Amino acid sequence: MSSEGRQNRETMLGPYRVLDLTDEKGLICGKTLGDLGADVIKIEPPGGHECRDLGPFYRDLPSGEESLYWFAYNANKRSITLNLESEEGQDLLRRLVARADFVVESFAPGYLEKLGLGYSALSQINPRVILTSITPFGQTGPWRDFKTCDLVSMALSGYMFLTGDPDRPPVRIGFPQAYLHAGMAAAAGTLVAHYHRQLTGEGQQVDVSIQEACAWIPTDSAIYWEMNQVLEERHGGARVRPTTGARMKRIWECQDGYVSFDMYGARLARNFMTPLVSWMAEEGAAPDFLKEIDWNTFDYFAAPPELVEKVAVPVGRFFAERTRKELLWGGVARRCCIYPVATPRDVATSRQLAERGFWADIEHPALGAGVRYPGSCIRASETVSGVFRKAPRVGEHNIEVYGEIGLTRKELLVLRRRGVI
Amino acid sequence: MDKGKQALQGLKVADFSWFISGPLVAKFLGDCGAQVVHIESGTKPDNMRSTLPMKNNVPGVNRSAAFARYNSSKLGISLNLGNPKGVEIAKRLVAWADVVVENFSSGTMERLGLGYEELKKVNPNIIVVSMPMFGHSGPLAKHPGLGSQLADLTGFGNLTGWPDRPPVSPPGAYTDFISPYYSIAALMAALDYRHRTGKGQYIEVSQYEAGAQFVAPLVMDWFVHGREPPRTGNRCPGVAPHGVYRCLGEERWCAIAAFTEEEWRSLCCAMGMADLACDPRFVTVIARLHNREELDKLIEKWTMEHPAEEVMTLLQKAGVAAGMVCNGRDQNEGLHLNARGFYRDLEHSEIGRHRYLMPPFRLSKTPGEPSLPAPCLGQHNEYVYREILGMSDEELVRLINESVFD
Repeated sequence: MSSEGRQNRETMLGPYRVLDLTDEKGLICGKTLGDLGADVIKIEPPGGHECRDLGPFYRDLPSGEESLYWFAYNANKRSITLNLESEEGQDLLRRLVARADFVVESFAPGYLEKLGLGYSALSQINPRVILTSITPFGQTGPWRDFKTCDLVSMALSGYMFLTGDPDRPPVRIGFPQAYLHAGMAAAAGTLVAHYHRQLTGEGQQVDVSIQEACAWIPTDSAIYWEMNQVLEERHGGARVRPTTGARMKRIWECQDGYVSFDMYGARLARNFMTPLVSWMAEEGAAPDFLKEIDWNTFDYFAAPPELVEKVAVPVGRFFAERTRKELLWGGVARRCCIYPVATPRDVATSRQLAERGFWADIEHPALGAGVRYPGSCIRASETVSGVFRKAPRVGEHNIEVYGEIGLTRKELLVLRRRGVI
Repeated sequence: MDKGKQALQGLKVADFSWFISGPLVAKFLGDCGAQVVHIESGTKPDNMRSTLPMKNNVPGVNRSAAFARYNSSKLGISLNLGNPKGVEIAKRLVAWADVVVENFSSGTMERLGLGYEELKKVNPNIIVVSMPMFGHSGPLAKHPGLGSQLADLTGFGNLTGWPDRPPVSPPGAYTDFISPYYSIAALMAALDYRHRTGKGQYIEVSQYEAGAQFVAPLVMDWFVHGREPPRTGNRCPGVAPHGVYRCLGEERWCAIAAFTEEEWRSLCCAMGMADLACDPRFVTVIARLHNREELDKLIEKWTMEHPAEEVMTLLQKAGVAAGMVCNGRDQNEGLHLNARGFYRDLEHSEIGRHRYLMPPFRLSKTPGEPSLPAPCLGQHNEYVYREILGMSDEELVRLINESVFD
């Protein structure tokens, strides 16, 4: 859809304001509420938030105003500075809370209470307010004060145990994911609480545990243990059926990298083996035994290991002689799922994303350049969502936002000198 | 079932989805108090019903714990959408519902006669969330797919593994656990919009585009610099130690990371090697990064003498981020998760008493919980068709005879 079309429509969350006190653990929550049109105010300590130090950096200039990580998860936010540890700062926050609909934070449990800014204090100022708290292990329980980081959360989730080559240690996804899951769970939970508030007038606290968000990711290892006392293991780029021990490759070498393909039969066969084998046959690459298998009744849970290995030989040869592009688009033409194991370049240059107008080019006047952001993954018939404004510079909107609660420029200067903003 | 006040009490959801991403959306809504009807074909039910594990390895359409994981708090009906009368009944459910959830390949709902324009005719204010793999436009729109492979297409596969080896690709349907949050956020926002304006709408959440949000900085890095990150195993730029270390026992591991000098010194003390903190090889982070392999060996020498749980607890008590690498058994035993009531046991008629997970957000006044075990195929036909749609005995019998519920 054209950018003009977008401007003519309303957003879903236009009337609402969010105060974003999060660090890395929750940045994506406010970003997503902003995609849906909420007015999100990022509150940073004077001098700028520590998350501005997370790379990669624009043109490799490691400054707080050049972090691409910051850009990605702070677009659609305005920024103000506020020293939460000073009394005057706390007073300013209270004044902001009185006019806010949501507060999102990711401090250690108990920190805001210590400052007199916990849920019960905030709800006295604004009974409708929703306070969303994102923490490593939640607000309660024996581990509530334990620390985490991406590696630790992914380890505890059970997902890492299943990821990696069996002869090496378990491995995490090579770009931090745990906080993004928690941040998005927070966005969902915050708006569930909002639905309830709009009907009843009642605000509340939303407790998001990064551990619990990550516990959802491993599809079936916990239930394999619960149902059958079987421990799933990690098998690198393959899938091993606990039923037969058959090792089915998921990641296959091709001419210019790797492709992802699953040897599914039965009902899934029409997306996988049936069209692949007929494509191989067209090109004279399907041995007779392969053509004779009835993929519609092929049970991938029951297929014996020898058969699986035998099938993998001509399939692997077929892939090895072709490029990722040939396999993707040849597969698309035959409704067969062979996907490139994509690099960021493949995502950035995806025909699919380009044709859907997914990318948003946003000017960054201070950089003297535009930066290309991923657009919103939500499209709606009556309303617009997307990247409406670039990620803010430190305190870029102090005058604007504090002006809205009645502070004059003179007062702001005083507060600045006193290290409050 | 009255479970006290719940956030989404009174919200009605028609869930046409299958596999994981769509069912998870409807499950979370159901856990939060919405009334959810999960609609399945009686002859070609949700594929998850044939997905292992089955209780005690005995196969059966109602015995999959994989299906159960994503379908608590739902009423289950069977309905033949290949039959025109089945489509008419589906529309009656849409007329009843506030929200429709579906994640078929693009174009399927239209082919069934259940496209948005048709649904609006029976319910002008309906909110539909559609979760196609790639969206409803573009060259891949009509292409089928599974979340397990979408994770590779989105870039997670290639990022994961070791620099000297091929990528290992995260297992399972990774992106299926990303798009549901966007769908729920959009649905709740659309309900608010409807509340204010009276207008429903059609929402499209492309699972591919949802996944792309989770690698955004890397893609932006490519746009700016044309650069692609190498695979780095468990390393983290500028941090040492940061890794997964072998512990006592078979396949027991603990993740350990020290981000600050204080954490580094605490780690040394906790390991009983306080001297290490002043060792010139490790005294600064630059030195530690330089001598990372040596450092990892020293740490692992210590961890190998202790059980993973003990390493974790000891280090956490010293203020260092550490976490054992949980296997399926550890996940079940999860002391802290259990203390927080993250798991809820429910009695399922064929699986027996088993475990359901809470949504990953806990609302202080309306916490919600899995209220019903996953439905057996067609388990609630009678209730839904009779009580919700108001069918008479006569109509029910006639439709049964016409195979409309098959």
